Amino acid sequence: MKIVACIKQTFDTEAKIVVGGDGQISDEGVNLIVNPYDEYAVEEAIRTKEKDGGEVVVVTVGGDKAQEALRYCLAMGADRAVLINDPALAGADSRAVSVALAKLLSEKEAGFDIIFTGKESVDDGVGQVPSRLAEKLDLAQANVVTAFELSDGKATATREIDGGSETLELVLPALISAQKGLNEVRYPSLPGIMKAKRKPLEVLALGDLGLSVDDVASKVELVAAELPPARKAGQRLTGEVDEVVAKLVQLLQDEAKVI
Amino acid sequence: MSIVVCVEQRDGKLRKITFEALSEGKRLATASGETLKALLIGSGIAGLADELKKYGVDEVAVVDNEALAAYTSDVYAAVLAAYIAQENPALVLFGHSAVGKELAPRTAAKVDCGLVSDCLAVTFADGDYLFSHPVYAGKAIGSYKVVGPVRMATLRPNVFAVAESEGAGAVVDFAPEIPAAKVTITGVDMASSDRPELTEADIICSGGRGLGGPEGFALIEGLADVLGAAVGSSRAAVDAGWREHAAQVGQTGKVVSPNLYVASGISGAIQHLAGMGSSKVIVGINKDGEANIFNVADYGIEGDLNKVIPALIEKLKELQ
Amino acid sequence: MEFVYTDEERMMLQMARNFAEKEVKPIAKEVDKEHKFPADNVKKMGELGLMGVSVPVDYEGSGMSNICYAIAMEEISRHCASTGVIMSVNNSLACDPVKIFGNEEQKKKYLADMASGRKLGCLGLTESNAGSDAANLATTAVLDGDEWIINGRKIFITNGNEADYCVLIAATDKSQGHRGISAFIVDLDNPGFSVGTLEDKLGIRGSSTAELVFEDCRIPKENLLGEVGKGFKVALTTLDGGRIGIASQALGIARASIEDAAAYAKERVQFGKPIAKLQAIQWMLADLSTHYEAARLLTHRAAYLKDQGQPFGKEAAMAKLMAAETAMKAATQGIQILGGYGYTTDYPLERYFRDAKITEIYEGTSEIMRLVIATNILK
Repeated sequence: MKIVACIKQTFDTEAKIVVGGDGQISDEGVNLIVNPYDEYAVEEAIRTKEKDGGEVVVVTVGGDKAQEALRYCLAMGADRAVLINDPALAGADSRAVSVALAKLLSEKEAGFDIIFTGKESVDDGVGQVPSRLAEKLDLAQANVVTAFELSDGKATATREIDGGSETLELVLPALISAQKGLNEVRYPSLPGIMKAKRKPLEVLALGDLGLSVDDVASKVELVAAELPPARKAGQRLTGEVDEVVAKLVQLLQDEAKVI
Repeated sequence: MSIVVCVEQRDGKLRKITFEALSEGKRLATASGETLKALLIGSGIAGLADELKKYGVDEVAVVDNEALAAYTSDVYAAVLAAYIAQENPALVLFGHSAVGKELAPRTAAKVDCGLVSDCLAVTFADGDYLFSHPVYAGKAIGSYKVVGPVRMATLRPNVFAVAESEGAGAVVDFAPEIPAAKVTITGVDMASSDRPELTEADIICSGGRGLGGPEGFALIEGLADVLGAAVGSSRAAVDAGWREHAAQVGQTGKVVSPNLYVASGISGAIQHLAGMGSSKVIVGINKDGEANIFNVADYGIEGDLNKVIPALIEKLKELQ
Repeated sequence: MEFVYTDEERMMLQMARNFAEKEVKPIAKEVDKEHKFPADNVKKMGELGLMGVSVPVDYEGSGMSNICYAIAMEEISRHCASTGVIMSVNNSLACDPVKIFGNEEQKKKYLADMASGRKLGCLGLTESNAGSDAANLATTAVLDGDEWIINGRKIFITNGNEADYCVLIAATDKSQGHRGISAFIVDLDNPGFSVGTLEDKLGIRGSSTAELVFEDCRIPKENLLGEVGKGFKVALTTLDGGRIGIASQALGIARASIEDAAAYAKERVQFGKPIAKLQAIQWMLADLSTHYEAARLLTHRAAYLKDQGQPFGKEAAMAKLMAAETAMKAATQGIQILGGYGYTTDYPLERYFRDAKITEIYEGTSEIMRLVIATNILK
């Protein structure tokens, strides 16, 4: 079985966001990590392989630094990695990323049975790539998945919907986007880190995929980024419990008008 | 040209986000001079069109077909794409709900257009639409433009005001070819709670590590009951196993923007603030006077939540 | 000269930091307060390869450098110095001597068991009358046919209460002084062995400090580690390596103190502004950070020399001296920055303070470190 995990390298969730003079978000001095939801995807891919055999290929679109993220996944236990790295993809939107991934997965890396992705990345929080990729590759998809099972070539997934959950049966090949809770992500072991150094990591430019710069034009353009207006500390209510509570209720009714 | 709102209904009931999207669509249509259309997809749902007319819709297109009884992204995207091919709208609006988060990008890929997800505001100026979307879970806000004839956006629930208005209100049938689904829904488990859904709730009562244990959530639930609120949780309480992940508010949980957010026993880590910072009014209750939640709370109470919350519940009951 | 991490060092750092934050930090307070040996985490650390970082893969270790070991030790100790010393003892004091002096059979069995984390090791060196004066040992090993018979008591043995194996230093010929000392590997599942007094300590309370009692403890003849009469060298070589581990532990405590104090200083508002805006606080943090970075460079250099097979005893002593004193100073001033809060158990600074002290004492006191350094530079 060929199992693909799509990942993205993102800012650490603890990172403080700074907007530079050019209206763009600065990545200077920021710790880069594998997007947390993508870690669930990689973990599920490795577990599926451990159970049913096959190979795990981890793929990403990114710059030179993204190799570190791929190596991390190889250290977790993925077998090989592909990085699509091209200057034309710097600042690519979800459309451009899914076009590049779809091309890779329909040609050079065709023949997969399952694709795992995270449900979204924690940086831009868009979550479009899983659905766009499923459409481009004409796959069954289950989004925001918290449980996954594969038996007799049939995939079953439980996914979050608003106010509850839903269980789906999917025809393979299928795309599964992972939500927190799908599994417990392993730490790469030290021997795993040592082995990762020798695992294949292929770097491809757009030309290697047979894509032109126009093919991956972004359709969404960032005009400017700004920091949200800072919330200010409001009133501190002090006194005996009964007084404080009465005061709070009165403020919520009369001043804030929210109850 | 037109602005199309993709209507969301579940079991024959329209979702609140649809009214929000229609209201915003009307506002934008008025500014840009487009017509407002609604696309209603499902089985046995034609009767819902009347309710949609209240929000200034010029035309409701109804796709009523037994094969559409259950939502699956592949089939619904095919229906939408067919409608878009016919209509050539300038803008298509979805709710940023579980359905919209999946359906909008799948449709966008089919149509090959740009999509801005989770918008906090949409404006029309100088002949184009500008979309604002939070990045890094709201730690920054980006303004975006969409290149191309068709633009798509999903709107964050609870952010856009609902307003009724007049419209032509025509109802037309639309009957595209419907492909076979690649996915079969074998089970649905809706939480049995009477409480509102977290991302749609006007009021949210959240608890964190300061509750001391899972039993501490009984207090939060009691408060939520008198306020008609949803119950949320900090990551710490979810990681400790006190609450399900579906209740988690924060960067790696749900992003919410209720009118009132009551944070009890939550320190206010940056991770959590990212998920609730856009709430209109924040109340913080914490025994640690130095807790970060007080830096963002409109009203802060430094005290023992085991005393404050019961007193608050009593006081609120008196009012009812 | 390069001052950048290799890919594997960076990945290892990320993994160790994640593990420490998610698994070690949440229980650190309880481990300290309840004197609780963190058995679950020690087991997980074994599975991750942290219990035999620089042991070759052939013996179920991770096959990584000593620099990697130093980095991992610091990350674990950043959140729990008790867990740090348990790891350090197994790596440096138990695995290392078997790796360096053991024969193939010993490595296949004992080293592999300890490096994989299946078994925990300790070093039986210190006695009531022989601390750093390792030549003056009272514990004896006498050959009787195919067995050594061991008699004596070892004290202050870290991991002593939980260890499965002990690298034991004992006198095989008292008349020969330090030339009459030999090293052994003892499987502690032995009727002649028992755990004596357990110390109640100021810090590192999650790790045991035990008395090991050997009474006619018979072990196979082949469990001699290295040659007869060469045990003093085993002890000294082992302690040199151990100092890299303890220096890294001290670095972890120092960094914890500096980071926590800096975070507090940025939040704590007095006289209308955060105390981090006060020069008195800024200078403390600036000095501490400088000392920490200097100690870290010394430590990594000692580890580098060890990786290169070059003499590193002086550098390891310098690293441990500097790192231990920095840890103590950082914890002391960290508490000062937190004021009254720092003195309470609501914040972990007081734990860092108690944990820091031992780094100036064990595996050679700061005075012994100065002696080692002086001997090296004056010879």
